[in-house]
Amino acid sequence: MIEVRNLVKAFGVMPVLRGLNFRVAEGEFVAVVGPNGAGKTTLLRILASLTRPTMGEVTLAGYRLPAQAEAARKIVGVVSHQPMLYGDLTADQNLRFFGRIYGVVDLGDRIAEVLSIVGLRARRNDLVRKYSRGMQQRLAIGRGILHRPELLLFDEPHTGLDPDAADMLDNLLEKVTREGRTVVMTSHDLTRTAKLASRVDILSGGKIARSLKRGELKPGELSKLYYEVTRG
Amino acid sequence: MAEGVGAVSGVGRRSALVGYLRVVGAIVSKDIAAELRSRELLGSMLIFSLLVILIFNFALELDLRTRQTVTAGVLWVTFAFAGTLGLNRSMAIEKDRGCLDGLLLAPVDRSALYFGKVFSNLLFMLIVEAIILPLYSLLYNVNLLHPGLIGVVLLGSIGYVVIGTLLSAMAIQARTRDILLPILLFPVVLPVLVAAVKATTGILEGLPFEEYQAWLSLLIAYDGIFLGVAIVLFDYVVEE
Amino acid sequence: MEPVPRNLKILTGITIVLFLTALYMVFIYAPREAIMGDVQRVFYFHVAAGWVGALAFLVTAIAGGVYLAKREPKWDRLAESSVEIGVVFTLINISSGSIWARPIWNTWWTWDPRLVTATIMLLLYFAYLMLRQGIEDPDRRARFGSVYGIAAFISVPVTFLSIRLFRTIHPVVIGSSDPAAEGAFDMTARMVQALMFSVLTFTFVYATLLRYRIRLGRGTEEVEKRKMELISL
Repeated sequence: MIEVRNLVKAFGVMPVLRGLNFRVAEGEFVAVVGPNGAGKTTLLRILASLTRPTMGEVTLAGYRLPAQAEAARKIVGVVSHQPMLYGDLTADQNLRFFGRIYGVVDLGDRIAEVLSIVGLRARRNDLVRKYSRGMQQRLAIGRGILHRPELLLFDEPHTGLDPDAADMLDNLLEKVTREGRTVVMTSHDLTRTAKLASRVDILSGGKIARSLKRGELKPGELSKLYYEVTRG
Repeated sequence: MAEGVGAVSGVGRRSALVGYLRVVGAIVSKDIAAELRSRELLGSMLIFSLLVILIFNFALELDLRTRQTVTAGVLWVTFAFAGTLGLNRSMAIEKDRGCLDGLLLAPVDRSALYFGKVFSNLLFMLIVEAIILPLYSLLYNVNLLHPGLIGVVLLGSIGYVVIGTLLSAMAIQARTRDILLPILLFPVVLPVLVAAVKATTGILEGLPFEEYQAWLSLLIAYDGIFLGVAIVLFDYVVEE
Repeated sequence: MEPVPRNLKILTGITIVLFLTALYMVFIYAPREAIMGDVQRVFYFHVAAGWVGALAFLVTAIAGGVYLAKREPKWDRLAESSVEIGVVFTLINISSGSIWARPIWNTWWTWDPRLVTATIMLLLYFAYLMLRQGIEDPDRRARFGSVYGIAAFISVPVTFLSIRLFRTIHPVVIGSSDPAAEGAFDMTARMVQALMFSVLTFTFVYATLLRYRIRLGRGTEEVEKRKMELISL
């Protein structure tokens, strides 16, 4: 699904990613962890074709980025640090807008379905501006899955969610991977990550410093490794 | 642009076009829906326009004689100033809560996003003008509802919005976003204002068409040139 | 920072020699203009400065286009350096014109198309510099600079056209609608030679300054890079 080779991204003279290699097979759930400023968000933005790589090859489902980004965007669902929602529109109108952007066919039904999943059905006609941060995050997740993307790129999606909503998200992620969809998620929550993901990659020094399959992990081991890698 | 998605066939190409137009339409109707709710953009543009006209009234002492010569200038200065408010606001909406990224994720050519914003900006600008022109006619007892004048207003507004949308997309991403747009926009859009003022004056003075025809040609040329420039350059403004 | 490379030293030497010769050409070689007198000699540097301004902004637009295609920072450095030099020469152009206009047109300023266009050009590139100043991210700064450099350059001829049209339809009372009418003069062969030589000299001055300015830009970037390395240690 994802094939990244020798990826370099520099902001001006400051390199963030330095020759990163990253492969994700279809149906995998990969969590990317790493300290602040390690380049997790940058990696995700490059995969989402929001940022151009400085050097290196990026391929999504056979589409090369950035040349074939337009086609690749169709199959990608993104949740980022910002909710990407319009404050002066209701939840319903927001989803309707993004649904039209992606050309979702059964839009009305799909919106109802998504709103139930994220638990906002009762507040569907409220303005997003009046939503709390956690509710905005719920709706952002709804926006991310609205067009049934094959590849979910979620950047710290648990931020701001209450325990119920966090459980909802965990269930959702489990369900989509069962359906054969691919998930790449960044996180700071090592315990949750170890529980959810089929693979955990530790991003440090602009590269994937360690990559661990779920089977290779014993409880509590991930955090030990994490500190070992990131503190050098 | 759409390699690998079967754009080779006629059907594919048609559906790509449909998708493109759907995105343009979605942006415009989204902007209208948001504006119907908040009324911030049109409200501020209208109130600001009235204030500008009011200030001109006292600054220039718009008596009957001066009115004839300065009406065109007053109107276009008003539109240009109010226009920057609208453009700034319209782009700020996209920048808040990261919506611009949400648009950039759309599986279409980025020029669709540009056209969407151009159409909504143009719509809001024309609505303001459609209210200000009769109001000005009423206040100063000059008839501004001449078909030729409406044509000039349309051409001038298109030129203004075409380049203004491009530049506001840059201004909004700068640290100095509140002050930058007029400084970037006015020196570039000056030919539009010169041509629009002269053509408007020509029409208000009842000159024959040949007298101000050159200005209309200039407006059309400007609109065409800068539409082309903006379509080519918009991608570089929004993509990182 | 590496020492000044040899070819830049040679270029600097040539420019100095050319400039001294140009001074000789303008002040001694070229004859005194019969009606206007010595003030006419401003004209040689005035035209040359205007030429360099236009050339510099053209270079900015082209370099901007190349930057957008290739995304190599050196093209943006070229574009930015060229704007800074262009702004200085446009200022020289406008103020020297003003000095000339005072005795000849009897005013410091008239709304002549060329004057107004030069001034708007100056404002365009002040806006360019302000835009760059307002952006922290160097990639974005380079992208936006390139875009504005191109749009601004394309707008200049349209602006000139619109103002000339403005003037011909409504002539002003002050001075004359046609600047060639008042203060125009027939150039002798020596005057033409002096003018050509000034233009050549100023082009060399531009090229030399540009090389130094780009070198400075590279140096600044080098410092940034070293700083970054220190921080990440």
